[in-house]
Amino acid sequence: MLLLAFDTATPAVTAALHDGERVLAESTVIDARRHGELLVPAVDRVLSTAGRALADVTGVVVGVGPGPYTGLRVGLVTAASFGDALGVPVHGVCTLDGLAWAAGEAGLEGPFTVATDARRKEVYWACYDGPAVRVTEPAVNRPADLPADVLALPAVGAGAALYPDAFTDRRPDPAHQSAGSLGALAAHRLAAGEAFAPALPLYLRRPDAQVPAGYKAVLPT
Amino acid sequence: MADEPLVLGIETSCDETGVGIVRGHTLLADAVASSVDEHARYGGVVPEVASRAHLEAMVPTIQRALKQAGVSAGDLDGIAVTAGPGLAGALLVGVSAAKAYAYALGKPLYGVNHLASHICVDQLEHGALPEPTMALLVSGGHSSLLLAPDITGDVRPLGATIDDAAGEAFDKVARVLGLGFPGGPAIDRHARDGDPAAIAFPRGLTGGRDPLYDFSFSGLKTAVARWVEARRRDGRDVPVADVAASFQEAVVDVLTRKAIRACKDNGVDHLMIGGGVAANSRLRSLALERCEGAGIRLRVPRPGLCTDNGAMVAALGAEMVARGRASSTFDLPADSSLPVTEVSVPGHTHDHVHEAARDNLHG
Ligand SMILES: Nc1ncnc2c1ncn2[C@@H]1O[C@H](COP(=O)(O)OP(=O)(O)O)[C@@H](O)[C@H]1O
Ligand SMILES: [Mg+2]
Repeated sequence: MLLLAFDTATPAVTAALHDGERVLAESTVIDARRHGELLVPAVDRVLSTAGRALADVTGVVVGVGPGPYTGLRVGLVTAASFGDALGVPVHGVCTLDGLAWAAGEAGLEGPFTVATDARRKEVYWACYDGPAVRVTEPAVNRPADLPADVLALPAVGAGAALYPDAFTDRRPDPAHQSAGSLGALAAHRLAAGEAFAPALPLYLRRPDAQVPAGYKAVLPT
Repeated sequence: MADEPLVLGIETSCDETGVGIVRGHTLLADAVASSVDEHARYGGVVPEVASRAHLEAMVPTIQRALKQAGVSAGDLDGIAVTAGPGLAGALLVGVSAAKAYAYALGKPLYGVNHLASHICVDQLEHGALPEPTMALLVSGGHSSLLLAPDITGDVRPLGATIDDAAGEAFDKVARVLGLGFPGGPAIDRHARDGDPAAIAFPRGLTGGRDPLYDFSFSGLKTAVARWVEARRRDGRDVPVADVAASFQEAVVDVLTRKAIRACKDNGVDHLMIGGGVAANSRLRSLALERCEGAGIRLRVPRPGLCTDNGAMVAALGAEMVARGRASSTFDLPADSSLPVTEVSVPGHTHDHVHEAARDNLHG
């Protein structure tokens, strides 16, 4: 098994190779504005670091968000294109699940919350009962609007770090999404025979689209 | 023939997901998925709606094009993609897909200019472009007169609109007339039943001291709006067909007049017209009439190749391959304001990723 994992739904542009047992190589760069420029070079880097060829990849794992849309789409369209060009399956994994798995790797146990930055004073978030068990659907809200018991849980992710007044029990690890952890979670799911999410974006918001106000008169009325 | 470059082109600069495949000057496939219906109720293209639609349509449209062309992706000599100008988020979907296919297949990637593609597409219709090429490029975002000694590397602007693009004027006037979006095709249709001489609308920048090759359509749009509003205020019917025909005539009169002037001044014996507005039936007929009168050969592609499509990107990509132009690197950015003078984006770093891609597959 050779999984190529990547995620562009957060400020991290992260790619990794996982052989089912361990992470062979990982590249993570934090640059919220250049996902499109950095992703394929990152994939190239992990392949050459691991000394493997793209043709050896047996599956693509991609973070499906939620996350800011422009970056998110870079990962999804890249995954779909690799899947088609290489003839391998594309496994969608919720980006928050990847962070939860990484939190488990960092030693966090029991119930916790994962929150990422959704901009516009909101966070993308979900609750977990251990690193592999998500217990709420991913959602987007203002931190102050989350239930008190959610806010009181240990919390990881940039969304928690951004709103310390709301998330009172913040944990530092993981600070950022890691494709290595995403790949490890996917390997765990494959081994357990679990199904994957379709590799479709979790936008969670409708597109911003203002219906233009009625035609503005040119002549003074 | 078979040794001509086989290139797949991807276009996502606005609301059409276009994928075309060409071999040299021969069109093999032209697959387009449009989100135009989703935008109609907003009265204009909504960038986020367009980007979402591109993501959904991208891979299926590529598969459709390959099937239509009857070629396999492994046979391609290169993958070309619109790197700009256009909507940033929309461009990024196509650029990311092109990179992934090029990298996975070990093919060179060509990030090219949307505007040069609108010109180069005519090679699929009328064969090799003469050099230099005189082109009138008229679309929703651009109206320019361009002189291109080399469509793969040297495109020189002679003049451009100083305010609205021609297509933008069509869209805005259509809104004034309540004809919906996009406005160009609607005006074209209504104008057929109208009298182009019914109303004397102004011809922008045609005075003796005005710049010879620049355009202005904002004053025309305002004049049409004033005329229509005055009618409505007086409680009289608006003769939509006559307004459409008279407006359209004002636009195409100026466009063709200036284009022919540019040909004569530069000693060029042909005129190429490209971009979405080149689909306009009156522009096509008046250009033909005036070109014939001036001894100029008119080259304008069929309407389906004038509006945004992937075949035009493939056509420019094939020309780049044929001329041995540098390919792009895999850190190619999408550039929403790519200037018309930058025909392609060769990339700022050494082309080692492409080499690596070859190693991945064959090494
Ligand atoms: N028959 C037509 N007559 C006039 N304008 C047209 C016609 N068909 C399309 N257009 C205009 O062309 C523009 C779209 O041009 P196109 O090159 O397809 O897209 P873009 O401007 O995004 O590059 C729109 O403004 C549209 O109204
Ligand atoms: Mg165009």
